[in-house]
Amino acid sequence: MNRSSITTHLILICGALFMTLPVWVAFATSTHAPETILREGLQILPGGHFFETYNEVLFVEGGVMKKVTATQMLKNSLILGVGFAVGKVVISMLAAYAIVYFRFRLAVPLFWIIFMTLLLPLEVRIIPSYEVVANMGLLDTYTGLIVPLIASATGTFFFRQFFRSVPDELLEAARLDGATSWGFFIDILVPLSKTMIAAILIIMFVVGWNQYLWPLIMTTKEENYTLVIGIKQIYQVLNEGGELPQFQKAFALTILATLPPVLVVLVFQNWFVKGLVESEK
Amino acid sequence: MKRVQYEHSPIPYLFVAPQIIIIVIFFLWPAAQAIYQSFLLEDAFGLSSQFVWFRNYSDTIFSGAWLQAAGFTIIFSTLVTFLSLGLALLLAVKANEVIQGASTYKTLLMWAYAIAPPVAGLMGNLMFNPLIGDLYGFMNAVGFDFDHKLDPVDASFVVILISVWKQVSVNFIFFLSGLQGIPKSVNEAAMMDCNSSTRRFWTITFPLLAPTTFFLMVINITYAFFETFGIIDTTTQGAPGGATTTLVFKVFQDGFRGADIGGSSAQSVVLMVMVLALTVIQFRFIEKKVHY
Amino acid sequence: MSGVTLKSVRKTYPNGAEAIRGVDMDIKSGEMIVFVGPSGCGKSTLLRMVAGLESITSGEISIGERVINDVSPSERDVAMVFQNYALYPHMSVRGNMSYGLKNRKMNKTEIDKRVNDAAKMLKIDAFLDRQPNQLSGGQRQRVAMGRAIVRNPQVFLFDEPLSNLDAKLRVQMRIEIKKLQRRMDVTSIYVTHDQTEAMTLADRLAVINEGMVEQMGAPMELYSDPKTLFVASFIGAPQINLIPVTYDGKTLNNGDLKLAGFTNLPENTDLVLGVRPDVLTHNTAGQFGLRVDLVEQHGGENLVYGALKGAKNEDGDELEICLKGGKEMLPSLDESLQLSFDPATAFVFRKDTGERLI
Repeated sequence: MNRSSITTHLILICGALFMTLPVWVAFATSTHAPETILREGLQILPGGHFFETYNEVLFVEGGVMKKVTATQMLKNSLILGVGFAVGKVVISMLAAYAIVYFRFRLAVPLFWIIFMTLLLPLEVRIIPSYEVVANMGLLDTYTGLIVPLIASATGTFFFRQFFRSVPDELLEAARLDGATSWGFFIDILVPLSKTMIAAILIIMFVVGWNQYLWPLIMTTKEENYTLVIGIKQIYQVLNEGGELPQFQKAFALTILATLPPVLVVLVFQNWFVKGLVESEK
Repeated sequence: MKRVQYEHSPIPYLFVAPQIIIIVIFFLWPAAQAIYQSFLLEDAFGLSSQFVWFRNYSDTIFSGAWLQAAGFTIIFSTLVTFLSLGLALLLAVKANEVIQGASTYKTLLMWAYAIAPPVAGLMGNLMFNPLIGDLYGFMNAVGFDFDHKLDPVDASFVVILISVWKQVSVNFIFFLSGLQGIPKSVNEAAMMDCNSSTRRFWTITFPLLAPTTFFLMVINITYAFFETFGIIDTTTQGAPGGATTTLVFKVFQDGFRGADIGGSSAQSVVLMVMVLALTVIQFRFIEKKVHY
Repeated sequence: MSGVTLKSVRKTYPNGAEAIRGVDMDIKSGEMIVFVGPSGCGKSTLLRMVAGLESITSGEISIGERVINDVSPSERDVAMVFQNYALYPHMSVRGNMSYGLKNRKMNKTEIDKRVNDAAKMLKIDAFLDRQPNQLSGGQRQRVAMGRAIVRNPQVFLFDEPLSNLDAKLRVQMRIEIKKLQRRMDVTSIYVTHDQTEAMTLADRLAVINEGMVEQMGAPMELYSDPKTLFVASFIGAPQINLIPVTYDGKTLNNGDLKLAGFTNLPENTDLVLGVRPDVLTHNTAGQFGLRVDLVEQHGGENLVYGALKGAKNEDGDELEICLKGGKEMLPSLDESLQLSFDPATAFVFRKDTGERLI
């Protein structure tokens, strides 16, 4: 190995440590007793309190919050992630199909309406959005949590781009083969998009799981918290009067909130990278 | 456009309907509301409101707090964008060079993409916690009089560090794929024409990465503006004294905590205009990209 | 079986561009017609209008007795083989071939029978359960044909189906297509820009230029009796030699070149003399000289390229012509050859209209 390649590896190892060490430390620390943490600070090696901590966080009422366990929050997060991903894929595929494959009068204005959603991140219209959902009585419901997030056009643009890259001849051949517009969509286009659908599902699951501001303002009851917004409540645990600050639980909660999306990304790494990079073309 | 399309029929309307309905209810209507409310002033009890033209705008924009937030947002976005892009580019170039362990490095460098900003924020916050945080201790041990709860610069440092950390992976993914998209033959031709690898990088590779870099700049600015909300909310919450308050955090603070609907809406509209400007720049650029 | 009739067919795009400018054609039942022409001439558009993939601006297309202008593509009873095959990439060979039949609600046993028969005929029965990406180019081509055959259509449409194959395979598939068409006796329209493919496949071929049919007829008829300069130059390989000339009442002239033996031509008009490379003969008492630039040896025959002495082309440069001879004809570089031809075997065209005078 020559010197420049040693430098290269050194830089990459530093980068990898920078990206992974904090999460590892968070995990290692979460497996220690609160006294140890308070006495010695952050931990680099795992301790012996793994089961105790995670059991308490996941299953014991009052373990992290007044009555909700992390299991309930995990469930809410999963519903948000999966619901968001599936809803987004279905809705945006249909819209993209109409825009690419049909000639219709309102195609252009409707396209621009969809496009406009890219200009208006949720953050800039958060208060009126909240009012709309509140007026519809959708606060603290999964519908109110998921549906407003689905509308943004990223998925539609992605599928539009992909559909346009599908050779024209396939539609022509299908029409000669007597396929209806729905038949072409279901028999040809959807199976052809399998990889793309998988990639978008993965990305959107992560995006949905990681939502913060919207769930934060539209859930008022503890039992509707997702993990990502639940972690903020951990400050209460840290400062419970009289007890030792429960840092190990705070770390455990961050690990739980991190694990599912990270696993999804790692397991489906290739699809995920492809989808992410393709979607921006 | 496709060469052949299905002709006029009600079917396409059925296909776009779900998306359009959701957009109208949850996008257009709230956005219009935000604009409308930005012209209203509510009385102290929120019982009646009055149309005040641009008073909310002038009140907010010329307020010291807003200007402070705007200033911080600009510095913050610039630093986060450049630091995370620079770091990611360095790592991507190196990762593209190695053969041994390439996929391991790639995985380790990209996986943090999946971590939510507020989770990263909380992790960072705990590491800087004066009771247990070794980073807090480290900063003081190496000679800084470090206290991010009281010192604006230290607080900004924490927020920027976490924001950069969270953003490196996505930039890394794009840079690496951009580097891999450069044809091997171009690199080989460059090797014959130029002996210095540094010079090769700046004269051949970097210009070829320009589209990726520009695209990522837009993405990163948007990220620094909006998505870092979760990081700020779980670390400094804008403190001390509003020193780490970004514009988005202020919209949230004034609207939800302060219940100043008109002022918060006016700030939202200003943000919308900023996003619009960013998009216009991006699209002009994309048009150019199509040409060559 | 039924023929195809086109009556004053036109196609104008919304932006005013005219793709097809009035085509009349009568294709008999079982006939194989080839549309040939340079790219952008409208040949594919015309084919796609028969398929129903492009709308017809005016005029009428009928298959048999039925006018099909407003009939949807799938109900026209035509099948098409696409240039890039357009196989459904996610379906097996069997799936590709049966998809159109399933959409027509044909019963399963009949579908299986047709697919198996067609596969056997095309020698792809061993690949029925493979995916398209597991097949070679030639095999994909056969699947595309099979997909057309199982439909048992009134008309086959081929849109440059061989252009994605390598040269050897192209010749082989060309022969198979021809045999298949003969055996099935189905009216076929075949689009190509390759004049060899056109000549060898067609019962009749239609030379298309700028949206109009320049000439339609049997291949040899077009070769030996072209009506226009365009047809003469498009049909025949190597290409016909074209020499710009004028007529002074006695001879055709270009610079020092004077060719006798032509009568009844307009004077003071720009003309073009067309001489096929194979009617030129090497002859010591020849009418004109050639300075040899290059000899191509094709095995059984040689092609000699060289500058025509004393003559200039339109740009004032040397006029390059080609001469076809036996394999023993091997002049050296820069050697002068004397050439002659029988004026009766040459064509003379008006340069402005392209109309053939002799």
